[in-house]
Amino acid sequence: MRDLAARVTAHTEGLLFLVILLLGAVLALASPYFLTLQNLVDLIESYSVAAVLALGVFVVLVAGGIDISFAATASVAQYATAYVATSWDLPALVCIPLGLAVGLALGCLNAALIYYLRVTSIIITIATMSVYFALLMWITSGRSIYALPDWWATRVVFFRTETASGDIVRVTLPIVVAAGAALLTWLFMTRSAAGRQLTAMGGNPEAARRLGVNLAAMHFLAYGYLGLMAGLAGLLQAHRVGEAVPNAMYGNELDVLAAAVLGGASLTGGVGTVGGVLLGILLLAVLQNGLNLLGVSPYFFQIVIGLVILVSTSITGLSSRARRRDRRVPAPA
Amino acid sequence: VTPVRDAAALGRDLPLLTRLTRVGQPGNTAGLLALLAGLALFFSLLLPGSFPTFGTVQSMMFQLPELGLLALAMVIPLISGGLNLAIIATANQCALLMAWIMTSFIPAGAGGPEAAAVIALALLAGLLLCTAIGLVTGFLVATMGVHPILVTLGTKSVIDGVSIWLTRGTVVSGLPDSFQWLGNGLVLGVPVPFLVLIAAAVAVGLVLTRTSFGISIHMLGSNLEATRYSGIDTRRVLVGIYTFSSALCFVAACLMLARFNSASAGYAQSYLLVTILAAVMGGVDPFGGFGRISGLMLALVVLQVISSGCNLLGLSQHLTLAVWGLTLIAVMGVKFLVAPWLAERWSRGRHTGRHVDEAGNKA
Repeated sequence: MRDLAARVTAHTEGLLFLVILLLGAVLALASPYFLTLQNLVDLIESYSVAAVLALGVFVVLVAGGIDISFAATASVAQYATAYVATSWDLPALVCIPLGLAVGLALGCLNAALIYYLRVTSIIITIATMSVYFALLMWITSGRSIYALPDWWATRVVFFRTETASGDIVRVTLPIVVAAGAALLTWLFMTRSAAGRQLTAMGGNPEAARRLGVNLAAMHFLAYGYLGLMAGLAGLLQAHRVGEAVPNAMYGNELDVLAAAVLGGASLTGGVGTVGGVLLGILLLAVLQNGLNLLGVSPYFFQIVIGLVILVSTSITGLSSRARRRDRRVPAPA
Repeated sequence: VTPVRDAAALGRDLPLLTRLTRVGQPGNTAGLLALLAGLALFFSLLLPGSFPTFGTVQSMMFQLPELGLLALAMVIPLISGGLNLAIIATANQCALLMAWIMTSFIPAGAGGPEAAAVIALALLAGLLLCTAIGLVTGFLVATMGVHPILVTLGTKSVIDGVSIWLTRGTVVSGLPDSFQWLGNGLVLGVPVPFLVLIAAAVAVGLVLTRTSFGISIHMLGSNLEATRYSGIDTRRVLVGIYTFSSALCFVAACLMLARFNSASAGYAQSYLLVTILAAVMGGVDPFGGFGRISGLMLALVVLQVISSGCNLLGLSQHLTLAVWGLTLIAVMGVKFLVAPWLAERWSRGRHTGRHVDEAGNKA
């Protein structure tokens, strides 16, 4: 039993899973509504956009970088697409690739600046975040686009069922897209040579370079992938709320970053799993949902997020330090 | 990044053009001064009637100090190789606490001494709060072994959350007149906030360069383990760094409170990342170990000139933010692409390739 506990807590994912289970159990006891299928599906849907963003951030973190500009990128991609779609009445087949391309291009611009100027990614992306967002606000004067075309704003339901208690459960597009993004990211990072090279670069860029990894290409791949995911998240967010608001996604960069880090992605690179990132998002979702159901003031939510970040990072920090100590002093046989 | 530092060491006698292009490098402020002069000239030619006037300079002196003090609070952890994302949250909470004490405990129609006593009490409470926050943050950074970005992201969330929760997002306003002098007063035509900023900058500069604590901060930023092995109690220094940073947030809070005549959890939030931009533009190494207060102050003045100029031109605040971001990228471009290229060409010409290898690695 102690063995099992040790094995579960040795991995961030196991620990997170345990925490989510415990939290779920407490919430299920406190509120009968929590454990209904409808609530759980709604909970996942409301965090699907954040999940797509976190998956992109995860790739950059594993590659040893950091990106603060993704929310601004998502807003620009969303607004540009909405503008084009409403002005010229273009079909979805043109607009969706366009939105993704805008995200990809902005991500690649980040990569170019970071790689060729040799400035830390956090500094460059703070700068580009300001530039992207400020130019967007300046050009649009902060005006929203409300009349999105039907193909965009109409809710897409893949699966619909009624539970015994009469609740309606819908598996909607955002959930499916988030799941698809997770699968794609997992395949990319664990089953492709490029993904393994990214991980190698995050672990030790100089070693990766000497092994023949093309660092420039890897930068474009990592930040481009995040840009692509940001574009996707921007389109998805507009789909969920039915309008394109230039500053709707701006300002919660740090929460998404926190979710990725909660899931075990290290800020120093080379470490992290897709499962961990999804669990990190799930933890935040369950927390917010649970606090809502318990009638806790929404003002309180931020305090809880902060405490969760502090507690979880300190546990990982202390446990990795303990592991290092174990390695230094060989355990008696 | 290290090779560029070699370039700084290598080129005391580099030609003027090269020196000017090495903007934002430790110990070289010539480039920033040139940029500042160029900007001032540009705006003066564009706005001959309104830009080069005493009023504009005075208003810049009123606007600069808030960002300046917050940037000072950011630069100390930055030089130590860390980051304090909680500076704005700390300053706002401190301002809220002081505003609450001043608005609640000064009885209506109270005399000078009574009001002064309450103000002193409020200042003391604010300083205590900031010190406590700094001690806790420093303790967490020192003991957890996690990157300060994460620790201070957590403390920022908690501090902001507590402020928003207690105030419900409202604004606390209506401070005693005597306190507002700190934000709006003039001494010999120079705004009081500007004098406060100068005093704080000189103090921080002296601490960073003339005390063993300051030297330890730089050493920590270069190599934490080496500093520890050289017999410095790195944990104590870390606690000191974040306490110092928080104490500067207290000064910023006083100025913000006096200038806005109110406090809120939402003030100045957009400054958080700008303080990092200013520091990096001023030549602070984002990896830690290097950086000067003089460079930071020059960078702040550059940002303020851009902001005031854009404002006088009637451009939107959003555009100013975009120009700030572009300026940083341009400064970085000059520093990392143009300057090494020039240095290489120059040294190849004079020493027939003596420094080419070093310079070649620079690009």
